Amino acid sequence: MDEHRRRNQIFSIIAVACLFLFLWSMQVFADSYQIRILNNIGLFIILAVSYNLINGVTGQFSLEPNAFVAIGAYTSALLTLTPIEKEMAFIIEPIIWPLSVIHIPFVFSLLAAGVVTAFFGFLMGFPVFRVRGDYLAIVTLGFGEVVRVIANNTQTITNGPLGLKGLAGHTNIWWTWGLAAFTVFFISRMVRSSFGMAMKAVKYDETAAEAIGINAFGHKMLAFTTSAFFEGIGGGLLAHLITTISPTLFTFFLTFNLLIMIVVGGLGSITGSVIAAVVITWGGEALRFVEEPIHLGFATIPGIPGMRMVLFSLILVLVMIFARKGLMGAREFTWNGLFRKIREWKGRYVKES
Amino acid sequence: MDFSQIAQQLINGLSLGSLYGIIAIGYTMVYGILRLINFAHGDVMMMGCFFAFYGIMIFSLPWWVSFPVAIALTALLGILIDRGAYRPVRNAPRISALITAIGVSFFLENLGLVVFGGRPKGFPRPDMFAGIYTIGNVRFLGLSIWVPIITLGLLLVILYIVYRTRAGRAMRCISYDMETTRLMGVDVNRVIAFTFALGSAAAAAGGILWAMKYPQINPLMGIIPGLKAFVAAVLGGVGNVVGAMLGGLILGLAEILLVAIRPDLSGYRDAIAFGILILILLFRPTGLMGEKLPE
Repeated sequence: MDEHRRRNQIFSIIAVACLFLFLWSMQVFADSYQIRILNNIGLFIILAVSYNLINGVTGQFSLEPNAFVAIGAYTSALLTLTPIEKEMAFIIEPIIWPLSVIHIPFVFSLLAAGVVTAFFGFLMGFPVFRVRGDYLAIVTLGFGEVVRVIANNTQTITNGPLGLKGLAGHTNIWWTWGLAAFTVFFISRMVRSSFGMAMKAVKYDETAAEAIGINAFGHKMLAFTTSAFFEGIGGGLLAHLITTISPTLFTFFLTFNLLIMIVVGGLGSITGSVIAAVVITWGGEALRFVEEPIHLGFATIPGIPGMRMVLFSLILVLVMIFARKGLMGAREFTWNGLFRKIREWKGRYVKES
Repeated sequence: MDFSQIAQQLINGLSLGSLYGIIAIGYTMVYGILRLINFAHGDVMMMGCFFAFYGIMIFSLPWWVSFPVAIALTALLGILIDRGAYRPVRNAPRISALITAIGVSFFLENLGLVVFGGRPKGFPRPDMFAGIYTIGNVRFLGLSIWVPIITLGLLLVILYIVYRTRAGRAMRCISYDMETTRLMGVDVNRVIAFTFALGSAAAAAGGILWAMKYPQINPLMGIIPGLKAFVAAVLGGVGNVVGAMLGGLILGLAEILLVAIRPDLSGYRDAIAFGILILILLFRPTGLMGEKLPE
């Protein structure tokens, strides 16, 4: 183990450098459509990995990310808009006092988005973790709806259904991918720490975990709050990526997309979530052809808008029926694992020839 | 607020509440037996509305033919969903079944968007229900009275099936202990399919009444009524048919009364159901009429 440590570190550094080079070359050569997809991928890595912490690693099936992303997006957006922009945006009723004058740089607004969302997650955790299983799912879904309804009705804070427009497009691939890398790093360290072990214990058998002295409620709260923190940051990035937010953006549909990612990737596997976030975000774009007219030479099949979502929901059901563990199960990518695979593959290949 | 207004609001609340109730019955029966939240229930209701709509609009059937046919087709759809999606994951962890249900729900919604189109369609209101009656100062749509009456009739039929027939007895047995019931020689899968058929038929009936009340339908119409009906089922005590109806009535009245008393808060109408849900789960997780849930 120890002898490989140095090698693994070197490979990790090389991998990060390759990612950096790739992003840099995309920054230089790719068109804005490709950059946008890259941004979306980075963003969804953040969201899916942090969602997986509570749903997969800790095994508490909850459906609230749309609420967290909404809170983060609004927090961050309200902090980066200048007082003049806010005055112009809030045409029905003026914005309430402290928010009307605050204006801070993007990076602090992201941090604030994370902290505020984590705080809401913390408060939300007390009631919701009194129930478990299906009820947890429904209660957290309910919270998502409540947050959306509140965003729709608090005219003086969120500008109601009008939403916030004209945010500066601060988000670029360095922000999304940098924070995605940080999220993956932080959460995988957390999962490997004693906290993560305790979370997994809670997932597999809550009663047994408590019997050996693990504070199940505390670890659920830790996972939930951490997840909320990163979802909030993701929300801030999202707001400054699309530059317009309104309550309709944060429906259950967003949660559904993330749910597909963590289920397809494998509940509990960070690697799986990353792979699935990449494949599904990119695949969602690549699959656009099914919605366009298809010319077969002799005939034309008219495009059917909405077909992609039909496919995605079908994929979710099929994954559940035929491949319940998803791509990775609960396994993770490691360099040692990769080299073992290569050795096995080599051994087999040599024997055959 | 004077008496006639109160009466008016009570009629509105009663008719909305009985709609929640009739949809909630399907949830409660399926949950009682499989411990599965059938997320797709609201969307099954939506499909029922579209079957009825196309029955009248394309096949030019009179409503008293189209509605029963739509209800029968929806029952069949319920069986198909159980056979195709839920039965394969029956022995999987419950979370897998829940995810499957969410998938089915999105599948139906998006299929609806593709096949029926997203534009809302006006739903015909037969003359029988369209009359407007006035008693004193209280004016109401004939439908508002028909809805509770029809709902009560359906409730009695379902209660009869659940408590007085062999199939109903088998359903109740399965909800106590599926394995033992199987050992007693009951074809569990058939009984579950029957439960889905019954619940879906009730949802279709509720959906058609819903569509006549708010005379338009669209592929996403099932989401909010579905969620609220689930809350009603939990409120009444999940697994209890009468409780579901009671929960529905309470929820409907609470919503209408909030809007009547504080019109400025009417925007929060959709949040009430979840507020109630959170409170009920915190203080009385078994619901009003429920028995203690097995872990």
